[in-house]
Amino acid sequence: MKTTRREFIKISSLGAGSLALATPSLSWLGGNEEPMDDTQAKRYANYCEVCFWNCAGWAYTNKEGKLWKIIGNDVDQHSMGRFCPRGTGGIGAYYDSDRLKTPLIRVEVDGKQTYKEATWDEALDLVAKRLMEVKRKHGASSVALFNHGNSGKHMSHLLRAFGTTNMGSPANAQCKTPREIAFGATFGHELHSPEPLDIRDTRCLVLIGSHLGENMHNGQVQEMSEAIDKGATIITVDPRFSTAASKSKFWLPIKPATDIALLLAWMNVLINNEWYNKKYVEKYTYGFDQLKAYVQPFTPEWAFGETGIEPQNIIATAREMANAAPAVIVHPGRHTAWYGDDTQRLRAVAILNALLGSWGARGGFYHPAQAKVPKFQTPEYPAVEWGWKVLSEGKYRMANAGITNVLVDASHPEWKNEKKIKAWMVIGSNLMATIPNPAYTLEAIQNLDFMVVVDTMPADITGYADVVLPECTYLERYDDLRVSEHRQPNIALRVPAAEPMYESKPAWWMAKELSKRMGLGAFFPWNDYAEVLDFQLKKLGTSLEEFKNVGVMNLERPYEDLYFAEDEEAEFETNTGKIELYSTAFEEEGYPPLPVYTKHAQPPEGYYRLIYGRAPMHTFSRTNNNPLLTDLMDENDLWVNPKVANEWGLKNGQYLWLQNHHGVISDFPIKVRVTERIRWDSVYMVHGFGSTNKKLTRAFGRGISDTQMISEIMLDSETGSTGMRGNFVTFITEDPRKEVVS
Amino acid sequence: MEEIITSGRMNLNIDPVLHVWHWQIPIYLFLGGLAAGILFFAALYTIMDKADKYPTAVKVAPILVPFALVVGLFALLLDLKHKLYFWQLYTNIKFESPMSWGAWTLMAVTPLSIVWVASYLKELIPSIELNSGRFSGVLKMILRPIDNAAQVNWEWKFTFLTDFENYVIKERKSIAWIMIVLALILGVYTGILLSAFNARPLWNTSILGPLFLVSGLSTAAAAIMLLSKNKDERILFSRIDIMLIIIELFFIIHMFMGFLASTEVQIEAANLFLGGAYTVPFWGLVVVLGLLVPALLEILELRGYHVPILAPAGLILLGGLIFRFIMVEAGQITRYLY
Amino acid sequence: MRYGMAIDTKKCVGCSDCVVACQTENNVPVGYCRDWIVENTAGTYPKLELEIRSERCNHCDNSPCVRCCPTGASHIIDGGIVVVTHVDCIGCGACIQSCPYDARYSHPEGYVDKCTFCHHRVENGQNPACVSVCPTHCMYFGDLDDPNSEISKMVSTRKWKVLAPEAGTKPQIFYLV
Repeated sequence: MKTTRREFIKISSLGAGSLALATPSLSWLGGNEEPMDDTQAKRYANYCEVCFWNCAGWAYTNKEGKLWKIIGNDVDQHSMGRFCPRGTGGIGAYYDSDRLKTPLIRVEVDGKQTYKEATWDEALDLVAKRLMEVKRKHGASSVALFNHGNSGKHMSHLLRAFGTTNMGSPANAQCKTPREIAFGATFGHELHSPEPLDIRDTRCLVLIGSHLGENMHNGQVQEMSEAIDKGATIITVDPRFSTAASKSKFWLPIKPATDIALLLAWMNVLINNEWYNKKYVEKYTYGFDQLKAYVQPFTPEWAFGETGIEPQNIIATAREMANAAPAVIVHPGRHTAWYGDDTQRLRAVAILNALLGSWGARGGFYHPAQAKVPKFQTPEYPAVEWGWKVLSEGKYRMANAGITNVLVDASHPEWKNEKKIKAWMVIGSNLMATIPNPAYTLEAIQNLDFMVVVDTMPADITGYADVVLPECTYLERYDDLRVSEHRQPNIALRVPAAEPMYESKPAWWMAKELSKRMGLGAFFPWNDYAEVLDFQLKKLGTSLEEFKNVGVMNLERPYEDLYFAEDEEAEFETNTGKIELYSTAFEEEGYPPLPVYTKHAQPPEGYYRLIYGRAPMHTFSRTNNNPLLTDLMDENDLWVNPKVANEWGLKNGQYLWLQNHHGVISDFPIKVRVTERIRWDSVYMVHGFGSTNKKLTRAFGRGISDTQMISEIMLDSETGSTGMRGNFVTFITEDPRKEVVS
Repeated sequence: MEEIITSGRMNLNIDPVLHVWHWQIPIYLFLGGLAAGILFFAALYTIMDKADKYPTAVKVAPILVPFALVVGLFALLLDLKHKLYFWQLYTNIKFESPMSWGAWTLMAVTPLSIVWVASYLKELIPSIELNSGRFSGVLKMILRPIDNAAQVNWEWKFTFLTDFENYVIKERKSIAWIMIVLALILGVYTGILLSAFNARPLWNTSILGPLFLVSGLSTAAAAIMLLSKNKDERILFSRIDIMLIIIELFFIIHMFMGFLASTEVQIEAANLFLGGAYTVPFWGLVVVLGLLVPALLEILELRGYHVPILAPAGLILLGGLIFRFIMVEAGQITRYLY
Repeated sequence: MRYGMAIDTKKCVGCSDCVVACQTENNVPVGYCRDWIVENTAGTYPKLELEIRSERCNHCDNSPCVRCCPTGASHIIDGGIVVVTHVDCIGCGACIQSCPYDARYSHPEGYVDKCTFCHHRVENGQNPACVSVCPTHCMYFGDLDDPNSEISKMVSTRKWKVLAPEAGTKPQIFYLV
């Protein structure tokens, strides 16, 4: 059945009444009196939702009881009492007057699609009805959930109860899956977040494709700073002179897409010079001999030809690592979906760490611990007809979580498999700015029977929803306890610091209300989520009331130490019980057991590799309208090497459009920044800009969305992750939209 | 290549370049300079006992001064961003603040100029018929409370006014001494206001005080020429003006020589005028049209050619105004580099 | 007592947290700021150097803004902190012109505003908001007159520079290099 095409609806034409209420005041909170003494202010425990790091802190209210500021919780291991700029600016998410304000339902008026402001009852009734319809026609498995963050958990609970496991998060297939799989295969332990990196005590930190300091992974940035104080060496591998590169003793300006060659050469140098940690390798690892034989051809001289990094620098940096070992970290990075051989690359990173003996060493990777929090009893989830694995059709055999892009494939008109996705629920995840090739994603959306989007902001994806449900921000709601792996097991609490603004509601409330309408009420046997928290906290020997005063609790480690003791026997959760330099699991599944270097395409004449990254004051597109953060950065710019600028006659500050090698032209122009900090064969921009939703008054049309320019997707054969760095762009200096007119 | 990026800061009127002072300040500086110049000449020729020989300079032109000062002060008030608190200017005396100096100098000069002008009213305009004429209504309103009749004969209602008038007329020469000092302070002040800002390299030269004073005197001379009906007086002020223009040119050249021999920031500042954005407006409008051309016209007139007086005088006044606009605007662009 | 700040350019990553923290702490209007980040890149690829600085009012010992203020609204309080009393300020802009660091701005309400070293926090023994939030711990605040304070130790053991020393303002923010 063909559904009618979803026109993108600009929400700006709606909600004029509520808009007037939310006129932003010039002054942040209004008034201009002296700031108050915060020791006298009321504060509410929370953990940040601006990024996945989930730092715990306190939301303060001022004399009038209005939200004032957020400050880190001193005992929290994620934040160590200090939020990053995005967390500090999180207040702006609450005050953003562009927020989604009421439920919206797509209706057709005079042949034109528009959103009707709806009551919660209307909207929820409709969502429940449409999902039940899809279930009747196609089965529960044909409903997919795209989720992110802590509110996503409530919806995933609902949909598990409903009968589907087709769930994906861009945080995996667009981001960290290759790393998780590679480290899992090597050490039998995935890294999760925060990664168990003992940066504060490291003597050598190797950043390869990680731009710490521009990505504000809070604890890591703080620890890197501590390491600098303690005199640690930093080695940065990046085609761009990143902030971290500027703090480094060695900056290796690598030719993009050749990282594996460098990693193999490092292994070659460490092994052939016998600089690797022999005792450790002998005791804990499997497959050293195979590895040694394998890396013989990958000499520094060979790598020079691939990477452009001088052999003596490869040797010097390997020496530096060996000198520091085992207090050395070859950083696993986080966004690792680059070239389609990403799991291979991350395996090389893992192996390098194993050779240096950093896993389980002070200053290397510590053994994290996690608190055990009792579950609130709910019924068993029903069995599912089919799950996401089926959709992979035998590919991506190492994947361990739903693959967003495969869920999109399974929704697309060209999908041939009988098992199809027919409805989407999207929560806290702006798919148009996260999954590459948004034009293709849109075709999939057009093919759906139904799509409901839950978000706080009118993001790009919101305009295509059949129903939009306005979620309140993390500052206005309860959520699950944060139970993260860290040096010490810990829990952190989120309580609302303010009533939800407008008609917005917490996701737990929406999930519970939907469950009633879908006959799944038994899965939500409570009235308020505070009851669940109170139950869990009481089991832990405290209570919600009491815990509100502390916000965070660090528990004793149950047993094992942070690091391996001298000569400690250890068993790893791999096939061999050892750290697998040679991966038997990969071998079993038909994947290369030792990391393979693949030569990738380099940009054609007149084109430049599109490299994207992060700015410390933004979390992708989710903060791009936050008034406090747009104040710091309200558009991305395009880094262009002066040589290239000269060739093209580009001036600093001029705006231009981009066209990629598939002919995709950017919707919006971007400002040129002529800078020596980028290689001549690449251009660089910060991810998360170029929003297409006019309702975002500060973000609409500001800069270019790198995601839009990524149509060449290099799928990682092990995990199905979408490698995004094989896209080449060229410059269009005249407005291409004018050409269309003429 | 060096790349300096200031991020996260886009304060209104501060970034990307400073633009805190708009049109109000140059207008204020121009009118202040003009007023100072006129008062200087009035006082000078009073002291030299030539009040009757040069009546325009001593008696007529000063009528402009109170108006110029009031308009100038009003412009200054418009410039204040926290206007309701302007009275704070007069609850403090800050010797290190040129703004404070200016405020207090104007506080002294403005009433003095009004007294000066008032003391000549009887002589200049023996009587005013209040029942007719274009401004009779307004004049009535102003003068009724202090003067006697429908026909104003400057017969003051209060004897203390008469006494005061007599006193002023008698003590004109002493007052002129005070006035000449205040006029010089005011004239120099218009330059010092800018030159006191170390942070703006273009302004930070002590030559700006004398330069603005000379420029103010020159605009005053032009104004007197415009108003004068007396040939001798016009010739005198033509000569004075030519001399002032020469001094001004000398100061300007000296200023740039000083900049170029100074620190990097001042060289950068000078470069704004030596090839930079302000080269054409400054050398074209201020130096050529505002100084050289009028000087030439005045020389031609002294040589006996007929030149309508409006031409040189108008150009000088306009040049003086543009000069202040350019200095205020360009100065704000110049800054320390670090 | 002489308050000062030392900022370690070797650690600062220019994340702007100091800027946001100041904005929320002090209710600085959207679109304005009392502190900001400067990035200075020198060299040619791949021989490059980058210095990042968090900048704000230098609370100068020889403060031109205080001298040029016609009303005394700009003045120095205990510990050498330069502050502006809003109700004494006429908004003439002289202090803005006088500052070589462009650290002051006109608040939309009309008065001139700038960094206060968060003296409302300092009085309570807290650090200024920017210092207390900095994720790289690159800022040190304290009493320069106390030889045992962290800042005194930083300034006495590390190489440092101040901004535009040739302006003669004697800035009290020291950039550790």
